[in-house]
Amino acid sequence: MPKRIFYGLSALLLSAVQPALAQQFESPGSRLLATGGASTIEGSGGGGIVPWATLSSYADEGEWGATVQMTEVQVDDFSLSVQGASFNWNNRVEISYARQQFDLETIGGELEQSIWGVKARLSGDLVYGVMPQVSAGIQHKSNQTFALPQAVGATDDSSMDYYVSAAKAWLAGPFSRTWVANVTLRNTEANQLGLLGFGGDKENSREWVGEASVAVFLDRYWAVGVEYRQKPDLLSFAKEDDWKDIFVAYFPSKHVSLVGAYADLGSIAGLASQTGWYLSVQASF
Amino acid sequence: MKIWVSAALLLLGSMMSGAIQAQSSELYQQLGERSGIETIVEEMLLGVADDERIAHYFADVDILRLHKLISEQVCNVSGGPCEYTGESMAVSHNNLGINNADFNALVEHLIAAMEQENVPVSAQNELLALLAPMHQDIVE
Ligand code: HEM
Repeated sequence: MPKRIFYGLSALLLSAVQPALAQQFESPGSRLLATGGASTIEGSGGGGIVPWATLSSYADEGEWGATVQMTEVQVDDFSLSVQGASFNWNNRVEISYARQQFDLETIGGELEQSIWGVKARLSGDLVYGVMPQVSAGIQHKSNQTFALPQAVGATDDSSMDYYVSAAKAWLAGPFSRTWVANVTLRNTEANQLGLLGFGGDKENSREWVGEASVAVFLDRYWAVGVEYRQKPDLLSFAKEDDWKDIFVAYFPSKHVSLVGAYADLGSIAGLASQTGWYLSVQASF
Repeated sequence: MKIWVSAALLLLGSMMSGAIQAQSSELYQQLGERSGIETIVEEMLLGVADDERIAHYFADVDILRLHKLISEQVCNVSGGPCEYTGESMAVSHNNLGINNADFNALVEHLIAAMEQENVPVSAQNELLALLAPMHQDIVE
């Protein structure tokens, strides 16, 4: 793990866990523990790789909240670092920002992009009522290292993803445990999230992809789950695979969440079966 | 033949309702029966009284009466031998202006009380699932 990440993570953890420091921040909002979820690698509130219909932080009606996050993904030949922040107003609108650095450890070089996101809760509630919580969002992505993506066939250095998500929690689902499910439908033309640019020489069109997550809470603080994310495949130089992961999430308090996962990212830039770990820490205020 | 089918159905039906009853009174037991429930509700109300987000709602409320009524209700929904003698949720919370955040605040104190009393997570979840539908009558 690079040094800056290590220091960053430790500082984040300390500031979030230390009660004395934590009390300096506003009370973290009235939504129930764990409904703030985690931060995705694209900045939006959600699971790890799938944006959820839930909005980041614990802000409820009449409140606002914010989060900061750091995420590290390490697979066989690549590593991804993400730093992000988000803001939630009234549990109605979420604004997020994330920066990604993707290290091509075997091939050499680094790819970077930044992502602004907006998500709005349209209807329903994650916990109460029979209807799921439904949200819609936009992610505006811009790649800052377009030379390589362009060389392998990408047509644009920036683009938008549009998505709609529905999420529901069952307080006492199977085994009298609380279960949460989320499905997301995304319209995109991003290659490997946008790290390899947008549009492609194989196909230059937007696609609808499906994404889903299911999690079960073992108790009030620990959850385990799986995520699946379909991906487009627009570049002819290398096949792009769907992503999946199995995760463990820990919510010791409303101020912090930790997610560890085992991820299978398939083939990336011609290097097959990239698997490895994922670690994410989020502080919320 | 027909008689056998209906007999089988009857038997199945009685087994199933037996199972459901056994399950809900199991919840009642896991909550610690009447005295356990009264302790949980007391702890919840103490938490509420200490919580500046929602304490003001209860400023002029007869807390002993409220404690008795919520205990009755929890006992009743969890399958215990109690009758709920209060008003409906819609009537008693009408015009109080309770929002989602207020509701969650009270649920947090209920969860904290159940954790304090070592109620198993499964029983906590079952009680919460029985109370959650009241959200629509309580929150405006
Ligand atoms: C599932 C959640 C809840 C349950 C089961 C519940 C249950 C009850 C019961 C049984 C009563 C007595 C009814 C009667 O007077 O006959 C009551 C009254 C009351 N509740 Fe709730 N309640 C819930 C949520 C809330 C919340 C979230 C608040 C405010 C933050 C609240 C504030 C009050 C107040 C102020 C009264 C007294 C009303 C009066 O006497 O005028 N309740 N509740």
